[in-house]
Amino acid sequence: MKKIIIAASVLALSLPAAFAIAGEASNEALQKLIASSWKDPNSKNPKGAKPDWASRLTQDGLQKSCSTTRNSPDNATAERIKADAKASIVYPEDGKFLGDWKSGEKIAQNGRGLRYNDKVDAASGGNCYACHQIDKAELAYGTIGPSLASYGKLHDFTDAANKATYEKIYNSHAAIACSNMPRFGTQGILSIQQIKDVTALLMSKDSPVNK
Amino acid sequence: MTFRSLFGALAMAACAVTGHALIAERALAQDDAAKGIEQYRKMMQDDPFANPGLLYVDAGEALWKEKRGTKNVSLEGCDMGKGPGVLEGAFAELPRYFADADKVMDAESRVIWCMENLQGLDTKPIIKGAFSKRGKGGSEMEFLASYIGSLSNGMKLKPQLSHPKEKQAYELGEALFYMRAGPHDFSCETCHGVSGTRIRLQDLPDLHKAGVDAQKAIPTWPAYRVSTESVKTMQHRMADCYRQMRMPKVGFGSDAVTALITFLAKQAEGGEINVPALKR
Ligand code: HEC
Ligand code: HEC
Repeated sequence: MKKIIIAASVLALSLPAAFAIAGEASNEALQKLIASSWKDPNSKNPKGAKPDWASRLTQDGLQKSCSTTRNSPDNATAERIKADAKASIVYPEDGKFLGDWKSGEKIAQNGRGLRYNDKVDAASGGNCYACHQIDKAELAYGTIGPSLASYGKLHDFTDAANKATYEKIYNSHAAIACSNMPRFGTQGILSIQQIKDVTALLMSKDSPVNK
Repeated sequence: MTFRSLFGALAMAACAVTGHALIAERALAQDDAAKGIEQYRKMMQDDPFANPGLLYVDAGEALWKEKRGTKNVSLEGCDMGKGPGVLEGAFAELPRYFADADKVMDAESRVIWCMENLQGLDTKPIIKGAFSKRGKGGSEMEFLASYIGSLSNGMKLKPQLSHPKEKQAYELGEALFYMRAGPHDFSCETCHGVSGTRIRLQDLPDLHKAGVDAQKAIPTWPAYRVSTESVKTMQHRMADCYRQMRMPKVGFGSDAVTALITFLAKQAEGGEINVPALKR
């Protein structure tokens, strides 16, 4: 008899479990899991050196909103995300959006930076080719993002397009909330000069991208 | 054959296959990468003993049966989920809840648990060296995971989600899968959310939904990687994707990794186990 009761209660436990799989993990349990799984995240850092690895385990507001809504925020949230992103953009002091496309191509090719096996002080790359077709001569390109081949030509090389491209790279969420593209400027992955250089790669008339 | 002499044989065989690997690598360098690996795979199929991963299986079997640790016993008494010493089909049902540890464990963290509790082994150096360096001929974890996995070959992945802790691991894994974090705002879903995409030339399986992509990708780890000429395990795959995500180093056998593997196993339910498979 006892056995049957136990079996029944186990069943009662396991049945809803099997059906409630789509449920969401509690945030408290998630935070506990993260703390126990990434112990001492700063242990690899030389004394006092950046980056602060521990901070990467804490989501900022945008990351939280986009994660919990699976990148489909409601309209109000989306508008807020776009406005915050726009406000975060720092513009070049000289007012020019186009740097050196040759240096831009190197930045677009370079996927190094900010991983724990990367040199701490070396400049990071943009790794644009990981997700985009850019110069058609480069065959090793990814397809997570749209093709950017002939990007400047398609935008008639306008000043407005130069600015929009710079903004897109600086913080992609200003145009599309919960974009899958990194916030290269806002997150300090690329410097203003580097962003100007990749903007030139896409937008300048003499860049191979537009040939 | 002792474990040590197997190790030697492994190193020699690894040399013998580098020729094949070089051919394959050259093929990969061309834009027709997929074709190259397919050819290589076919070559291996024609001669199954040319899959260097099989040497890991042999090394793993020797290690499984070797008496070690303060208790001087082998791992043969280890319960991988189907009772002590039963390995056939065990891998197909992992990760699962283990009452003795009161935890959900994947194959690799379970082996570590048995080494500590059954054998009385100091696992610190084993965990530290779990991901072998290029050209070093494999690690204990890589051998053992290959061996244990291979004993479920041909069976279908059957995730265990009836215990509340298994269900919780699944839910936490799902939350981690969608958790955007780090300087690049990446989550697993950023790269594994759409079928048919790739990073550079590397195909990315869609793991955000259950189906063929996951069924092909998940039950085929540990895998022999042609690109690194070594077997890599699922623990390594998770750690390496977190490295790409610019996250701090995730703990080997940590609950976060177990949760992710539990989630992925469910996505891949019904996929056929083939370990160690050949991969790029
Ligand atoms: C992890 C993937 C990823 C990386 C890396 C990435 N992007 Fe993107 N990018 C996307 C996605 C996805 C979109 C489309 C959605 C959107 O616009 O936010 C996009 C859109 C864009 C657009 C707008 C295209 C249009 O439709 O007009 C530009 C310009 C762009 N990316 C440039 C870059 C540059 C330059 C870099 C490197 C510095 C880069 N991207 C790196 C994923 C990426
Ligand atoms: C920045 C892109 C990126 C992110 C983010 C990412 N991955 Fe990956 N993942 C890859 C690439 C690229 C490969 C293929 C690696 C290779 O072939 O060398 C891969 C391979 C895999 C595989 C093996 C696929 C197969 O076919 O065998 C699994 C499983 C996996 N990733 C899971 C995850 C999980 C879980 C996460 C999050 C913790 C994650 N990935 C995050 C890029 C990523």
